[in-house]
Formats: sequence, structure tokens, C-alpha cells
Amino acid sequence: MRARNRELFGLLPAALLITAGFAAVFIQESGKLSNASLVLGAIFLGLCLACHIFIRVTLPYADPYIFPLVAVLACFGLVMIYRIAGAAEARRQAQWFVLGLVLFAGTIALFRDYRKLENYRYLIVIASLVFLILPRVPGLAYATQTQTYGAYLEIHLGPLTFQPTEFSKIGLVLFLASYLRDYRQALVGRRKILGYRVPSLKHLGPMLLLWGLAMLILVFLRDVGSSLMFYGALLAIVYIATQRISFVLIGVLAFALGAWFLVTHIQHIDARVQTWLHPFSPKLYTAYGGSFQIANGLFGQAAGGLFGQGFGQAMLTAPGSGFPIIPLPDTDMIYAVITDELGLFGSSALLLIYLLLVARGFKAAILSRDSFSKLLAAGLASVLAIQVFVIVGGVTLVIPFTGVTLPFISYGGSSILANFVLIALILLVSDRARRPSRA
Amino acid sequence: MNRAITRLFALLVVLFGLLVAFTSRWTVFSATALDKNPLNKLSIYASWEVKRGQILADNGQVLARSVPARGGLWSRSYPFGSLFSQTVGYSNIQFNQAAGLESTYASQLAGTVHSNVSSVFGPLSRSTKGNDLYTTLDPKLQQLARKLLAGRVGSVVAIVPQTGAIKVMYSNPVNNPNNPFACKLVIDNVGCQENLATQGQLPPGSTFKIVTTTAALNTGKFTPQSLLRGPSPLIVSGRPLHNDGDVSYGPTSLTKALTYSINTIYAQVGQRVGPALMSEYMKRFGFYSTPPLDYPAQQMMASGERLNGKLILPTSPYVDIGRMSIGQDKLTVTPLQMAMVVATVANGGTLMAPRLATKVVNPLGQVVESFPPKVYNHVMAPRIAAEIGQMMTKVVEEGTGQAANLQGLYAAGKTGTAQTGGYKNGLELDDAWFVGFPVKDPQIAVAVTLENIQLGYGGTYAAPIAAQIMKAYLAELK
Repeated sequence: MRARNRELFGLLPAALLITAGFAAVFIQESGKLSNASLVLGAIFLGLCLACHIFIRVTLPYADPYIFPLVAVLACFGLVMIYRIAGAAEARRQAQWFVLGLVLFAGTIALFRDYRKLENYRYLIVIASLVFLILPRVPGLAYATQTQTYGAYLEIHLGPLTFQPTEFSKIGLVLFLASYLRDYRQALVGRRKILGYRVPSLKHLGPMLLLWGLAMLILVFLRDVGSSLMFYGALLAIVYIATQRISFVLIGVLAFALGAWFLVTHIQHIDARVQTWLHPFSPKLYTAYGGSFQIANGLFGQAAGGLFGQGFGQAMLTAPGSGFPIIPLPDTDMIYAVITDELGLFGSSALLLIYLLLVARGFKAAILSRDSFSKLLAAGLASVLAIQVFVIVGGVTLVIPFTGVTLPFISYGGSSILANFVLIALILLVSDRARRPSRA
Repeated sequence: MNRAITRLFALLVVLFGLLVAFTSRWTVFSATALDKNPLNKLSIYASWEVKRGQILADNGQVLARSVPARGGLWSRSYPFGSLFSQTVGYSNIQFNQAAGLESTYASQLAGTVHSNVSSVFGPLSRSTKGNDLYTTLDPKLQQLARKLLAGRVGSVVAIVPQTGAIKVMYSNPVNNPNNPFACKLVIDNVGCQENLATQGQLPPGSTFKIVTTTAALNTGKFTPQSLLRGPSPLIVSGRPLHNDGDVSYGPTSLTKALTYSINTIYAQVGQRVGPALMSEYMKRFGFYSTPPLDYPAQQMMASGERLNGKLILPTSPYVDIGRMSIGQDKLTVTPLQMAMVVATVANGGTLMAPRLATKVVNPLGQVVESFPPKVYNHVMAPRIAAEIGQMMTKVVEEGTGQAANLQGLYAAGKTGTAQTGGYKNGLELDDAWFVGFPVKDPQIAVAVTLENIQLGYGGTYAAPIAAQIMKAYLAELK
């Protein structure tokens, strides 16, 4: 079967999922069955098909599994949002998907030869850093009382809220891929001190400077989740470029020191660590910004068991008082709700889909013939994987809880738009890598 | 580069495996523990959407029922008001809280019976009508207990020795379960939100001598006829210990020492039995563990020696074993624990686990779950229990507990008068205790305590209450 036909068949699970999912939610909230909601699902599938045809025309050799995997995630996310927050929010989310797909098509059309992005690498990195600072710019910043759990994540542009860090992650990976393509040999270094190859400071310098700056801004923005994500991506790309495990170890050590500093000096972060270590301490449970959210996320997961309680069965607010049991169920805590309703099997399946998507990204990197493409595809796939790890790990207590979005599933426009651009770039790399050589 | 990419992917697979492992931990391996975590209100919340079953007394009277509330929910109504506020407890939508049996049996009342299988696979179904809970509680006796306490801070616990069924568990102060958080009352450091019978930390005074006697006789170190001298004062752990009225006794039998509650003799008995065996016998009676009652753990306290709030065993160097043996030192108990002690003697040395529920019945009238009597421990030989029963009979016939000597009752018992250390109008404040059972027809065992009574001899204040309760219960049986 040809690649594009495989992609078309790959969309079948997404179609089944969205039909079954919406049906399940309808049955749960009997009486709410409306044409509008079913139409929503139909339109969404239509869009996926349109996108598939677009890929068929523009990227005939691209990996056929990536888009169906994304479609499954997006469909699943839409059903979850519909179930958690209702039709209005699901419609807004669907609108973001439409915009996301437009941006996806736009990226593919505009950067058929994505390697020309390399010419703008300094522009891109500066833009990414500016994006990071935006939430702290007066007038754009979210009013302080709605500052999301102690972090400055969002900016306001009229009626829109926007999370710029989602885009910065792509810009920074692009820059790193390009920069390291040029200087990876130099970075490995020729001079030896005590038998250890030392990278030349000249080439290491600018990169460290930029990353120091990015980390500083993140601490300044107090968005530890994104900081963790960026740092992980940096280590991943440096490792692929240099194949030096010692760089990674030094990086982890530096991070451990930085983390220790943050925990002891920033109260907001210390509180996160405390709730991680003692989620069921009655004192932390009742404290403002304490472990209430994380503990109830765990109770919800326990209620889910192996197979979950079923769509629409998780209890998100207390009956009567309407008191929220799991705060932010549609964004930060969505994984806990998924586990509650679909159980260990459902959430493991979800993680497997992410892993398959990442694997396809890595496959594109392996098949690529030039270093920039390799670093770009592997970097983008890594940053996606690390993002999933940071949020799911936070909700399941593998690491302290920090709010980043679950790609394609959490509610939020910026996350969807940025991740569609990310997928477009991976598909572009993949198309070039799989194109039969003319010779 | 490709090798590095493959290796990186392997690392990511490991990290995702970690995510699955942790999700398994919460959904499967720790799921039961999380379901039972007191902070977890999910099953209580779920119960409000259901017309829960009734909680019924032993005679079928309704102690709690569901009434419709706003938004299609169900709230609870308690026909007896404050009478069962501690035992039955409450389940309150407005304040997101539940206590007592309402909390222990929340899922049964709501009709979602949790088995280990269903908690792993997720609830298989959610019912819309709950099960009824039948209890051991006796409303008439409970009312009598309230009347006899007459508003004084104190507690009455009555247990059927042969089954562990709790007939009475009443304490002052009480609150109104129909509006549980209106009450902010605190009398003598006892708040109306707590259950003195299960949470009180009270010095047991001489009622503890029953435990010391059990250890002394069952180990064969003493017999009821063993003779000891009881000088007053006697130096115990470097400090003088006095008998009541500072009376000294010559060679006296253990029976007589119990009858007149002679402190200096019992301090020697405890010292000779030794900390290790005292520790062993206290544990047999249920000291040092949360009582095995079907009641929320956070509403129960373990009895035993405490230092800075933490339990310490009699073998600890901080314990004065002589004074502990007469119910002093740092020993604190709950009225429930002392009721368990006397019920053991009444039941021939076998302690039955105390319990409040008898069965769960579904809307079709079928018994879904039943709670048959369970042996908690064989504390002593039946022969020893009979001997102690005889000794306790003397206490009521000619000793400190004569106020319990009602005609036709044939009570056996033990008084306790524990100094609280407080004074009022120049008179010392005492906790007055009496524990006892009708020796010829031992179908009920009672523990009564009254707090902070001026010169509050257990024999004067607590014994008459216990006698009334025993008599009323035996009359009910006829």
C-alpha cells in the first residue's frame, strides 16, 4: 500500500474514536443529544480528511503515521474537553483546531524548503526570547490575581489569552539544531585537559549565554514546567549533536544545583516540592496553593482503577455546593481525569500514542541525510516527549507538579497552534528524508 | 548521530515506562489505600446523589434517614437529634463532611459496596437507592444514659460481653447532627465535636486494677488469697504513695485489697508482675491499639501510657510501673477501653471485638453484608475470669462500690477515683469511674465516667448510674 493510502486508513481510528466518544458522552448526559454536537464531530473529521489531501499533494513522501496519530490525540482531546467543560468550550477548542490546521498547512506551504529557516536563526532565537518575556510586559500581562499558580504564563491581547512559551520551544529547538549543525565538531573540542576533551569556549559561549538567559527569564517568569522542558530539550539536542554523555551528566549536575537553589530561594517552587513529597499531609492539603489539587488528582486516578469509571463518570465538582474537587480539570489535570474515566488501560494507551508519535519523529531524524534535519526532527520530537513527561509526571507524582499543557489534549489555543507547527516541521523533514533520490 | 538518536529514544521509553508505573501505582497498587484516605471525600460526595438507606436501632427505630435536598440531591435527617450525634454521626452536604457510622458505612449506605475487585476494575455500577444499616444501639438505654448523666461531662458505654454489640455509647457534651457545625461548645476541655467515649484521654484510676489483677492471677504469680502488707505511705519510685484516708493495712488478701481499693498493695502487685507482663496483658485487652470498632479511625484514640502525646510501653524507663498498676502515672484510657476490660471479665476471659453494625440490607430486603460477633482476644482463662468476677462482687457487696448494690441485680464492679490535678473551691477535682456487670446474668457490661467532680468518688457518682443501666437492660430482656 502506498504511504498516503496508509495515512488515509490511519484516520479510521480517529473517526471511530470521535464517534464513539461523543456517543458515550451523549449517553451519559442523556437529553443533551443535539445535532450541533454531532455536526461538530463530523466537521472535525472533514477537516482531517482535507488536511490529509493537502499532505497527499504537498508532502507525498512524508511519514504516513504521524498525522493519523495527531488526529487521534486531537479527537480524543476534543471529546474529553466536551465532557469536562461542555459544548461551548469544546466549540472554542474546535475553532483552535481549525486555526491550528490552517497554520499547519501554512507552515508546510511556506517552508517547503525548511532549511531556509536556518538563515533566520538569530532572528528566531531573539524572537523566541522576546516571546518569553512578553507575559511580564505591563499591559500584556495577565492581572496578578489570575496569575496561574504563581507563574507568569499568559499574555492578554484583547479577548485572547496567549501562552508564548509554547512557541518559544519551537524557536529554540530550531536555533539549537542550526547552531549545533555548524559547531558540533568545535563543541566536542580538540584540546584535552587531563585526558578530557574540552569544548572551545568560543563556540560553547554563545549557546550557554542564550540558555542562561532563557533559564533566567523562566525563573523570572516562575514557569518551572517550561524551564524543565527547555532544559531537557537542550540536553537531548546537545547529546545527539556531540554524542558525549559527559555533557549530559554535567548538564544534569548543573540542573540539580540550579534546582537546589530554586527550591531554597523561591517560595513558590519550594511549595511545589513540599506538596510533591507530602501530598496527603492534612496541613498542606488545606493550605492555599497546597496539595489539594494534586491529592484529589490521585484520588481520582484511584477511583479509575484498571478500566476507569467510564466517560462522564468522574466526579469533578462536589454535588450541592459545586465545590471543585479537581481544579483545572481541562488543562493541567486532564491526565488525572482521563485516568479516572478510562483507567490505567486508557491512560497507558494514550501514553503509547505519544510514544509512537515521538518514535515516528525520531524515525524521520534517522532517515534524514543532513545534520540539521536530524537535529531538528529529533529535537522537536524530544521536546514533545519531555512536555508529556513533565505534565503527566507531575500529575502522577514522578516529579513535582508544574503546569504545562498535555499536547493536543489540554484546552488552550497557543498549545494547539504551536504543536501543529511542530508536527508540520517534523512532516517536512520526513518528506525530504523519504524522497527517493533522483540519481 | 543515529546511534545517539536510538539511545535517546530508549531513554524516553524508560521515562514513559516510569509514567505507566506510577499511574499503575495510583490506579491499582495503592488504590484501596487512597480510597480509604480520610482526605478522600469522593465516596461521600457520590453518596449525596443517592437516596441513601436508613440507619436503624436494634428495635427498628430510625436513627438517620434521607430527605430530598436542592438540586436532586439527598441530605440527612436525624429524628433523635443529639442523642446519637457521636455514634451515628452525620453526613453534611453544606460542609463537605461526614462522621461516625455515616462515614464508616458511607459506601454501603449509598449502595456502592466496595470490594477489592471492584476498586481495581472501577465501580461496576452505581445504584440509585442505598442499603439500610442495622445497628446494635438501644434507644431506650441511650436515653436513660443521657438522663442519668444529667448534663454533666461524662460518658456511658454498655457492651454485650458475649457478642461485643454496643448497646449504649453516649457522652456529654453532644452536638446536633442536623446542624453539626453550629456547636462550638467546649466544657472542661471536651468539645462537642468529639466523642469522649472513644477519644477521651482520661486517667482510669482504680478501675485499672482489674487489668493488674488479671496479669497477677493469670500468670500464676498471685491468687485471690495471696497476702500482702499495705503500709501507707509506701515509697514507690522514690516518692511516697498513700492509701485513701492514709489507712495502713497489715497482711491483706488480694480480694480484700481490690474490695477496698488499697493502692499500696496493688502498686506492689504491679511491680512484682513487672513491666513486660503488664505490657503483654494490656495489649491483650486492646490497649496500645486503635479500638477494633467499626467507627472512623480519626475519631478513636488508643489507650495506654503517653509521653508528650506519644504512646510509650510500660517497659519504657519513663513509666512508673507501681503507679501505673493503680491507674495513675501517665496512663490514659477511653471509656470504650474500660468497657472492653469489664466485658472480658463478664465473658469468661474472652474479649469480643466491639461493634456497632449488625447487617446491611438492600432495598429488596436481602442481607448484603452481615457482621457476626468476632473474638478479639483470649485474654485469660475462664477460671481466672470467674475468680476476678467473685472479687468484683465483693467490691459491690461490702467495698467501695456499694452504691451499685441494687436489689436483685447482683452486680460485680470496680470503682475508680482519679485525681485530675485540678481544684475547685479548695476541693480536689476527680474523674469518677465505675465499671461493672451483673454477675449472675452477665449479659451486659457497663463503663461510666464523670469528669471533674469535686471529691468525685467513683462509688458515689458513677456506680449508681451503671447499676441503673444494667438493671434496665436486664428488665428489657425479660
